Amino acid sequence: MVKKKVKKKAARKAARKPEAEFPKKHRIEVEVNGVKYTHEVEPRLLLVHYIRDVLGLTGTHIGCDTTHCGACTVLMDWDDGRWKAIKSCTMFAVQANGRRILTIEGLAKGDELHPLQKAFWEHHGLQCGYCTPGMIMSALGYLMINPNPSEMDVRKGISGNLCRCTGYQNIVKAILAAAEEIRSSGKPIL
Amino acid sequence: MIPKQFEYFAPKTVGQAISLLKKYKEDAKVLAGGQSLIPMMKLRLAAPKYVIDLNNIRGLSYIKEVGGVIRIGALTRHAEIEHSPLIRQKLPIMAEAAEWIADQQVRNLGTIGGAISHCDPAGDWAPNLLALDAELVIQGARRRVAKAVKFFKGPFETDLKPTEILTEIRIPLPRGGRVGQAYMKFERKAGDFATVGVAANLLLNDKNEIVKAGIGITAVAPAPFRASEAEKILVGNQPTAELVEQAAQAAADMAEPWSDLRGSAEYKKEMTRVFTRRAVKRALERAGITL
Repeated sequence: MVKKKVKKKAARKAARKPEAEFPKKHRIEVEVNGVKYTHEVEPRLLLVHYIRDVLGLTGTHIGCDTTHCGACTVLMDWDDGRWKAIKSCTMFAVQANGRRILTIEGLAKGDELHPLQKAFWEHHGLQCGYCTPGMIMSALGYLMINPNPSEMDVRKGISGNLCRCTGYQNIVKAILAAAEEIRSSGKPIL
Repeated sequence: MIPKQFEYFAPKTVGQAISLLKKYKEDAKVLAGGQSLIPMMKLRLAAPKYVIDLNNIRGLSYIKEVGGVIRIGALTRHAEIEHSPLIRQKLPIMAEAAEWIADQQVRNLGTIGGAISHCDPAGDWAPNLLALDAELVIQGARRRVAKAVKFFKGPFETDLKPTEILTEIRIPLPRGGRVGQAYMKFERKAGDFATVGVAANLLLNDKNEIVKAGIGITAVAPAPFRASEAEKILVGNQPTAELVEQAAQAAADMAEPWSDLRGSAEYKKEMTRVFTRRAVKRALERAGITL
């Protein structure tokens, strides 16, 4: 009888004090496509889920979820001040604290498409379109390192992105055309 | 896919990171580039209760030359090594190896220290560090320097203790002769782990004799290893096609591959022979000798 009472008491105590301490949420401040956001996030929240589910920017896709397909590629500014293409399914949102992120939604200026977006359209660089946002962000990251690539360079640059429709031919054509367009326009790539 | 819940720490110094490791020991995991750890956590092959993120520690990311030795901070990204003018000029084999790692996005985040500590049996850095006689600086309660040949113990197993962190990689620049270095990797598809990978580091004197040879091999044994039997055949001799073939066979004899989706054990042993031959030949070409 006494034992039961003790058990009940312990159960009540446990109910009053849930394990809310573990894991602790972390406050992050990020700038996505020029807009500042502050959120409390659980450590295990992946950056891609933060971008899609918390910010509602669903242009960034999830394909394989195992760091192979590159559909989730976004640009992130790094310590050296340069944008770098990363796979947002392979980083925790909490790690993005204090950083700037660029997703496919941030590329066009008003109604004017980015040269890469325009080239993908003109050269039929997509069929179903699922890989396209990641493909364009990867290409952008690569052209920032190598603005004057050969065809083989482009193929290596997008080797972390899978497309199951096009056979890559028109994607490579589109990226080469965009590179040419960006070079001859004399405008900055972003 | 969603990892199991964990508590996250972002220490600002190596000392703080080590204190956390001492507190949580095997329940903790160190996060560097995250390009292996995060996929493993998502697949729940790893479920650490505490994750200690090193990315906020300043001063762990650098490439510099100090007294004929290249020093690379453990948090240096693969892409930074790939594009480093110093590496391209003084140690181009490291840039060549970096290019073989996964893809652009993974190389932008993945770090050399993380990759080595993770010790995937098919990793690309280990064979190169073995061939180049690298040393690894390890910080725990005290600092120690370990030779790469003593570091890689088995699949995902290194000489690191649970309360230690790898902080620096040191690679002596070869001198006193003509140098030839090459990393050759055989992969099934772009960005895949190696079926086999061979790094060759040769030093030749003015009589065209090989005075030093380092051959590191990945993906065909429980841990990357140095093909010491192949090195013995090469050292002290002038290179000939027959000598290179003998060395390649000796390297293949040391391999202990397993059968998997990348090929049968027998096939991988044969590819070890072929790629050792090619890597040594390419290294010789770079030293000015065509066989």
